[in-house]
Amino acid sequence: MSGGVEILVRVADIEQATATVRRFTLAPLSGEPLPVYSAGAHVVVTMDDDGHRIRNPYSLISRAQDGSHYRIGVLKTPNSRGGSIYLHEKVCEGDELVITMPVNLFPIVRTGRKHVLVAGGIGVTPIYAMAEELRAASAPYEIHYAMRDASCGAFADELVEMHGDKVRLYRDDAQEVIRVDAILPHQPLGTHLYVCGPEGMIDAILAGGRKAGWPVENLHSERFLAPMGGAPFSVALAKAGITATVRSDQSLLEAIEEAGVDAPYLCRGGACGQCETRVISADGELIHNDHYLSDEEKASGAKIMTCVSRLKGRELVLDL
Amino acid sequence: MGIQFKQETFRDDYTFSNSPEAIRRFPFPFDRDEYMYSVNIEQHMPGPPKSYVEFPIDIDEHYVSEMRDRAIVLKEDPLRCQSLPHMLPAEWDLVELLMDSMSKHYPEHFQLTKDGDRWHWVNQPLGIDQTFTFGDTATLPCPPMEYITRQCQGDFALLDQRQDNLWMDAGIVTTQADWSLDFDIGMNFMEWHGPVPIAHDIGVFDRALKFLLNLQQGRPVRRLNWTMTINPRLDTSPENYHKWGQEKATVTPENVGDKVHLRVELQALWRLPRSNAIVFSIRAYLISMEELVTIPKWGRRFPRILKSLPEPIANYKGLSRYREMTIDWLSKYDDGQPTSPGFFPD
Repeated sequence: MSGGVEILVRVADIEQATATVRRFTLAPLSGEPLPVYSAGAHVVVTMDDDGHRIRNPYSLISRAQDGSHYRIGVLKTPNSRGGSIYLHEKVCEGDELVITMPVNLFPIVRTGRKHVLVAGGIGVTPIYAMAEELRAASAPYEIHYAMRDASCGAFADELVEMHGDKVRLYRDDAQEVIRVDAILPHQPLGTHLYVCGPEGMIDAILAGGRKAGWPVENLHSERFLAPMGGAPFSVALAKAGITATVRSDQSLLEAIEEAGVDAPYLCRGGACGQCETRVISADGELIHNDHYLSDEEKASGAKIMTCVSRLKGRELVLDL
Repeated sequence: MGIQFKQETFRDDYTFSNSPEAIRRFPFPFDRDEYMYSVNIEQHMPGPPKSYVEFPIDIDEHYVSEMRDRAIVLKEDPLRCQSLPHMLPAEWDLVELLMDSMSKHYPEHFQLTKDGDRWHWVNQPLGIDQTFTFGDTATLPCPPMEYITRQCQGDFALLDQRQDNLWMDAGIVTTQADWSLDFDIGMNFMEWHGPVPIAHDIGVFDRALKFLLNLQQGRPVRRLNWTMTINPRLDTSPENYHKWGQEKATVTPENVGDKVHLRVELQALWRLPRSNAIVFSIRAYLISMEELVTIPKWGRRFPRILKSLPEPIANYKGLSRYREMTIDWLSKYDDGQPTSPGFFPD
């Protein structure tokens, strides 16, 4: 419940979009229309893999006009803790899943005069929704979408079909790269840029924006981190009086939930700040993997984001 | 049989009053005898039947007369309703929220039927019957926010979310406790809260903003705020200070019970789905001291609250001039007995 209102859905359709990307169509079990959302929003999907509970955020690609379904896109990641592999290998049409209400940490800035959308790989999912919203609003925009090769561009055809010459495609295998130094300097004042994709790409695009003299307020990115595994450690929850082990394939938040404590969360990707928790003591080194805490806060060791960060050491004591 | 709507005024001859039922459901905002500053935010969940929080949008016996008063204010001062161009999606979100809620919870007064984007809205108390296309402003007689908020009690502000802040980029504000939409429009959360004393020093607004930035769809929140008003005037705006400011000087020991009102705002916040904006509703309730003391617990508690109120807060709320006189008048209803915990009457 701490993650928000939950919605029961049925997997109505699974489409193998590329060798590594599946698109899932999710229909509401209740028959009530699924909530409207703003482009850039994600839902957290709860999966129960033989008693091992996994919760991953996925951006919403689209919603049927009548609310009869949502679509999400899932990349199969080999080093995943199980979420994407579970969705790819174990979930079948007709299966039931639990999702949260949509949450938007990557919204379109409505005061923007123009919008430059940049996507790499599976990072296209929120960009796809944003492009559709901008098209419907008749707002000026352009799309730059980079993929490994033609067979990997899960959304390329649909994007071109809907947005025509507003879309520019880039293929790694053809040595095509997004020339940020060419795209950014000549945009009209008041343009906003949104980028979602691999870490390195996001960093390069944002750096290019700053180099072109853009204000940081006009540069937006979404980085969902999959929680990284690591050596197991012990966590003591001071208020609950519980001690648990965080396994190597588990996030700290997942271990806390498994211990029966309803800890706060929203994005489960180190971005929103909702799971910020006070550290009472740490016998070891805190490994901060989030994008939320400032460098000073990370150095102070007083707080930890339980969704993606962990301890390299023996025991962590939290104010939970 | 629905609500019996009263005919009354909030200006000139001030015929406003509360029925005994309205007094019992008044949102008395003090759950203990001593004043304590707090953000006091809670989930906006349905409360007990007949209470002011039974439904997310509360319509009561003052509805028709409040809407008439709003129309008078807007006619004299159209700048009480403003919306920056990028807020149109949020305006439509608000139409949906209010029409859905009013028609669901007060079906004997309001009816809504939807055929795709073709909506039919019937407001019986105000005699309105409107068919329109959701999302198409040209199909309504005025812009969507103004249209629906001329038909719903409470002020509304639409807050855009960007740059990790909230911006007051639209609103309709005609029943306010001395703040101005025309002054605040376009300001961010920290700017418009600038004048509030004490709270900044204790970090209240930093925490509140952080909380609101993560406000979730489907999980609205609420809080109560309060001040005091002389005469049952809804429009205590800075724009009209010359009309109501002087009324503070008309309080005498003889007329406290009739003139001095506790004014409580039920403030609720919803994340809006299409726009990702937040709607902040500020629903004002008025109760005279004469009416308040008909609930013995409140008659005992309220003078104790006024005595413990820090001076800067009393000044900010603008009640210093008549605070002592009101405490004196109320003290005959405070026999010193203990009061039960919680807000509600015994």
